[in-house]
Amino acid sequence: MGFEGIGAAVKRKEDARFLAGRGNYVDDINRPGQVYAYIKRSDRPHARLKGIDTRKAAAAPGVLAVYTGADLAADGVGGLPCGWQIHNKDGSPMAEPPHPVLAVGKVRHVGDPIAVVIAETKQQAKDAAELLEIDYEDLPGVAASTDAIKPSAPLVHDDVPGNICYDWHIGDKAAVDAAFARAKHVVKLELTNNRLVPNAMEPRAAIGECDVTGNYTLYTTSQNPHVIRLLMGAFVLHIPEHQLRVIAPDVGGGFGSKIYHYAEEAIVTWAAGKLRRPVKWTAERSESFISDAQGRDHVTTAEMALDEQGNFLALRVSTLANMGAYLSTFATSIPTYLYATLLAGVYKTPAIYAEVKAVFTNTVPVDAYRGAGRPEAAYLLERLVDVIAHDLGFDRIELRRKNFIPPDAFPYQTPVALQYDSGNYQVTFEKALQAADFAGFEERRRQARARGKLRGIGVSTYLEACGIAPSAVAGALGARAGLYEVANVRVNPTGDVTVFTGAHSHGQGHETTFAQVVAERLGISIAQVDVVHGDTGRIPFGMGTYGSRSLAVGGSAIVKALDKIIAKGKRIAAHLLEASVDDIEFKDGKFTVAGTDKSKTFAEIALTAYVPHNYPIEELEPGLEETAFYDPKNFTFPGGCHVCEVEIDIETGTPKVVNFVAVDDIGRVINPMIVEGQVHGGVAQGIGQALLEHAVYDSQGQLLSGSYMDYVMPRADNLPSIHVGTESTLCTHNPLGVKGVGEVGAIGSPPAVINAIVDALRDYGVRHIDMPATAEKIWSIIQAHQPRMAAE
Amino acid sequence: MPQVTLTVNGKRHTVEVEGRTLLVELLREKLGLTGTHVGCDTSQCGACVVHVNGDSVKSCTMLALQADGASVTTIEGLAKPDGTLHPMQEMFREHHALQCGFCTPGMVMSAIDLVNKHPEGLTEAQIREGLEGNLCRCTGYHNIVKAVAAAWPLMHGKTMPAAAE
Repeated sequence: MGFEGIGAAVKRKEDARFLAGRGNYVDDINRPGQVYAYIKRSDRPHARLKGIDTRKAAAAPGVLAVYTGADLAADGVGGLPCGWQIHNKDGSPMAEPPHPVLAVGKVRHVGDPIAVVIAETKQQAKDAAELLEIDYEDLPGVAASTDAIKPSAPLVHDDVPGNICYDWHIGDKAAVDAAFARAKHVVKLELTNNRLVPNAMEPRAAIGECDVTGNYTLYTTSQNPHVIRLLMGAFVLHIPEHQLRVIAPDVGGGFGSKIYHYAEEAIVTWAAGKLRRPVKWTAERSESFISDAQGRDHVTTAEMALDEQGNFLALRVSTLANMGAYLSTFATSIPTYLYATLLAGVYKTPAIYAEVKAVFTNTVPVDAYRGAGRPEAAYLLERLVDVIAHDLGFDRIELRRKNFIPPDAFPYQTPVALQYDSGNYQVTFEKALQAADFAGFEERRRQARARGKLRGIGVSTYLEACGIAPSAVAGALGARAGLYEVANVRVNPTGDVTVFTGAHSHGQGHETTFAQVVAERLGISIAQVDVVHGDTGRIPFGMGTYGSRSLAVGGSAIVKALDKIIAKGKRIAAHLLEASVDDIEFKDGKFTVAGTDKSKTFAEIALTAYVPHNYPIEELEPGLEETAFYDPKNFTFPGGCHVCEVEIDIETGTPKVVNFVAVDDIGRVINPMIVEGQVHGGVAQGIGQALLEHAVYDSQGQLLSGSYMDYVMPRADNLPSIHVGTESTLCTHNPLGVKGVGEVGAIGSPPAVINAIVDALRDYGVRHIDMPATAEKIWSIIQAHQPRMAAE
Repeated sequence: MPQVTLTVNGKRHTVEVEGRTLLVELLREKLGLTGTHVGCDTSQCGACVVHVNGDSVKSCTMLALQADGASVTTIEGLAKPDGTLHPMQEMFREHHALQCGFCTPGMVMSAIDLVNKHPEGLTEAQIREGLEGNLCRCTGYHNIVKAVAAAWPLMHGKTMPAAAE
């Protein structure tokens, strides 16, 4: 075998089944006796439910049952819980209104589930749902966070005054006010971070099943099946955890949207118990648009105080975060601890104060979407820095260099709680500028102008916090869960290895990357390592995959378990080799008595552990299997620089990204091929956010961009080739030195794109343009300024 | 119920279907060929692309009855019986052109048709334009484009004409 360990770009183990069409996604699974659920959803943003007549639907061919919120309530089914409690400025807890599985009394967003029809076939269920008679009394709705806080706004939840979920803050307000009072310059920017629809290509699906002894199984499209088992078992359906198995098989993309416990999971599981038939539900894409938690949706005012030389003195930020109609599982933590704590970014701004109001509206719930809070912070900072340069006449490159946290300042304590362990922002910055030939740009701008194009270049830096998270810290901040990860490493008698991990892969290639970590440590090939995830029936209680945590937290748990395996192996080897355990070295798959040629292979030790005929049985248990739980000591802090070059067609306003460079510090790289792929995908989503994607609601809450005909997904011909570079400073507090790569692309890229667009339009009086920078927006700017330019 | 007779991956099937049954439903639900995926309901995403009589078709946009007498190839029918992958599948693996794998079957089927129909060669821009009917949310298409370009010479048995590169 060639080198397959840490740093090798080995091909992925999982590809064989995906390429052959042998993946096993939830909708590919069919259970004996299975029936089908169709969920009737509100087509109104806000209405009182005066009555639901289910009689005709219940009598339709093939229908087994029709259930409404009243049926669930009568059976004691609980609401969907929120996993993170935020406290207001005055210390009181956030408003946490009930989130019923099926609507009770009112519907609060288009897509709010009202009833479920269960029938022998999918078509029968769907046909019968057409016969449901729902008596709505329409109520005024509100979609924008800025409208929801007006005194005249309708109340989404009758008992939540002003639609305010929480009014939270962080930082030293007095210090910030003082810095603003003495500042030479203050630059202010108002901006929005557009709402996005995650759009994993696999629509969500769930199959509930209940056997004769009352044991339940849920197959679901989830990034964290144990979390679903805990939330649904303990809070919603009251099923003991030992009688509930949750299986998330191959999952076709998540990007955050498959973290949360969704109503449909509870519906099919509960209905399976009632009907004693497996119940299957698969979302149609139109349902995904109105039922998958969406992302972003911030409206922010940011102000920076500066001295005469352009040193940042203080940052003041005020953000309205749209929560949608209900609190999704982790919604409340995103605009607080995953956003405001990131507002130092890569800069040594000495004082920061941020306040965040989270607001209910008649829209689909909002929660984490790739980057989750950190893209919003990076976008704000990097737009603000460019606007400062624009307003005050600083060079945007020099302004950044001047304010970077210096490389010798680590560990660096920010004024907003986080302590960065390592980083070198100068290196990624200079490397990216060089790779993008920033110095040669003006010539390219001139050439483009001759071709009728406006060319611009934009630079952004970013810092993210991932490897989520130290449990004690998260708990102190309101998390209702631990955020460790677990690994069980089972060495089989012949020396191959099965790894059971609490992390879950939905495209990240864990079966390969984790195998590489094991192969490196044990000196075996990746073919000898099987990685098992996504099944609560097989794996110890783990926390799943989100926040770029799989390798930093899950990988560290694997390393800890491997350390235990090696330690036990040394004791077995010492016995066989008649040496002291302290003299045994383990290297390249061999246990050797130091300074001798006496050795045993890993496979020999494994066999001895399971066939313990000659074994220190008095002092050591047989077998070679170890479990480790790893709770991270800190977040990890990837950072980097993205450079984007765009060309705008003057006649049509159409923007095109013509060059994109990403240089990211993600710590140690295990598989550079997979790392590059993660960056490509993240950058594509970031370019999508910056130029194309927008979940548009009318003022009342009707979603106007509810299909791929209206919501613009990035396609192959919208995107450029992407140059990826990495530059590693190692994480100082986890055993692999890794930081995480899943989200960096989506965090660094949107401000780089918008900075490039604004740069391209610099002769048109543009200071800022909100995302998505569509051709129409850009064309309007060009048109508005044409007469003036012609006159000049 | 009406019947449809068609050949799928070389095997002849006669199946009863409703008039409204889509080809993709026939493949997934009647024949158990779950490699062909459904990613949307507006014929936009391309996860369901199969070959019908050699042409790529979005199987969510064709009634099963319209496939009567047709020869259909799905992702499951691409590899040789001994498991040897089609060059396009092989290049997807080689260039890490898939992550979650959900769009992959449709993407591979579209890419094969694209390469087959361009014996004169394909530029990067043509590959990107040719795949714009297939959505991928994971890869940013970068490695897919590389994989398709790499599969062209293998499928045509010659180097890509210089003009096309």
